[in-house]
Amino acid sequence: MTAALELDRLSVHFYNGRHDIAAVREASLSIAAGTSFGLFGPSGCGKSTVLRVVAGIELGWSGQVAAFGTPYRAGQKPQGRLRRDVQMVFQDPYASLHPRHSIRRTLEEPLIVNGIADARRVAAEALAAVGLPPDIAPRTPNALSGGQRQRVAIARALLLKPRLLLLDEPTSALDMSVQAEILNLLMDLKAAYGMTLLLVSHDRDVIAHVCDSAARMRAGLIEAILDRPALAAV
Amino acid sequence: MSLAATARSRSFAPLLRFARRSPALALGSSIVGLVIVIALVAPLVAPYDPTFQTMSDRLQPSSVAHWLGTDGFGRDILSRLIYGTRPTLLIISLVALIMAPLGIAIGIVAGYYGGIVDRILMRFTDMAMSFPRLILAFAFVAVLGPGLLNAALALAVTSWPPYARQARVETQAMRRSDYMASVEMLGIRGPRLLFGHVLPLVFPLAIVRMALDLAGMVLIAAGLGFLGLGVLPPTAEWGKMVADGTPVIFDQWWVAASPGVAILILSLGFNLMADGLRDIMDPRHG
Repeated sequence: MTAALELDRLSVHFYNGRHDIAAVREASLSIAAGTSFGLFGPSGCGKSTVLRVVAGIELGWSGQVAAFGTPYRAGQKPQGRLRRDVQMVFQDPYASLHPRHSIRRTLEEPLIVNGIADARRVAAEALAAVGLPPDIAPRTPNALSGGQRQRVAIARALLLKPRLLLLDEPTSALDMSVQAEILNLLMDLKAAYGMTLLLVSHDRDVIAHVCDSAARMRAGLIEAILDRPALAAV
Repeated sequence: MSLAATARSRSFAPLLRFARRSPALALGSSIVGLVIVIALVAPLVAPYDPTFQTMSDRLQPSSVAHWLGTDGFGRDILSRLIYGTRPTLLIISLVALIMAPLGIAIGIVAGYYGGIVDRILMRFTDMAMSFPRLILAFAFVAVLGPGLLNAALALAVTSWPPYARQARVETQAMRRSDYMASVEMLGIRGPRLLFGHVLPLVFPLAIVRMALDLAGMVLIAAGLGFLGLGVLPPTAEWGKMVADGTPVIFDQWWVAASPGVAILILSLGFNLMADGLRDIMDPRHG
């Protein structure tokens, strides 16, 4: 069985005027399909950069990246199957939804663009799957709470039935009480859809709660890979 | 209070709240709205035919028959002012309809695609921006002949670049946002992304800029008319009316002053509207 995600000596450099900053240095890891993997470490350690490479947002990297056996090409946005298989939920639900589009439009448009039939019904099901009532569909995001917005963002990321879901600090912009709800929702959805999760967080407890194994990063390097007992221990 | 009165006061309540929130916007849009209504119903409200000459009544001061007096051909100034709203509004709405969509479209495309597309479009924008507006308008009118459409075209061709620049900067900022990353991951791109997703966010600031620009357009349109490059006589046009009044400005001042005040009021109306819109739409001017 091929791994959901394989990174082999992934490096990312940024040029900041004169200085060359190595955001990620030769990171290698492998995530088995159907598991939850966490990346954690202090801010600026390169964990989000790894995620953005896998998402196809950050294109300037070197090394090898492959999802479900399909290699990425540096400098090119992922296309076709790979594009749909890998989706992402962003940190700030206030910035990742269009402020002037209704929830219905937010959910139906990707379905229409990707040629999925019966967009209205599929969008309604997606709302139900993340535990939102159908009557919020005509509203715009500013009528929703942060937790509801993040649920919409999760519903949107799941529309195309991705096999690998990337989560960039999905709960850090939310209240404590809402954080647990969202994390449990993600775990339920992972089981229901048979997805692989790659979760980035600075919060070790979040990682320990959700993930089967995790990597600790520091200054662009992967310091250690921790399995389930090791995660639970600390 | 009777039921009808309650109902009426309730239906006016949102308007009142709106006026209290931004008096400038309320006043400005009432002025502009009033001028538009006057232009639409000009034949009904004008007491005389604006081109009807009565040589025996020339240069009359304000009277009961002619509220604002008469001009050098004995035409009623009030009627000419009322009819003069039409060419002015027509020019500025033509300009607005050409410059804003053109500028916004160019700016969004340049900002989104970047690279060579951005460079070509922005150098083109710089070129258009480097033409002095009034001089180019003169050249246009000189080549194409005076007239309303040519004047509007000349103004539009020189006034779209600021819209392109503003839209480009906003699009570039959005380009790096999580929002764009998330919709691109879902396969939304091309015109659908540009006009369905980027445009609605660029639009509010463009509207504010447009309201502000239209105040200047009123003045430029009047300037072209004043120089005889706008609407052809005998059609009533404010700038031309000021020009007609200048030879007699010391003895019959009202001939030039009435259209001058009209230009001032409409221009002020657009300015107030722009100010109010900016207060409401732009959080940085909260």
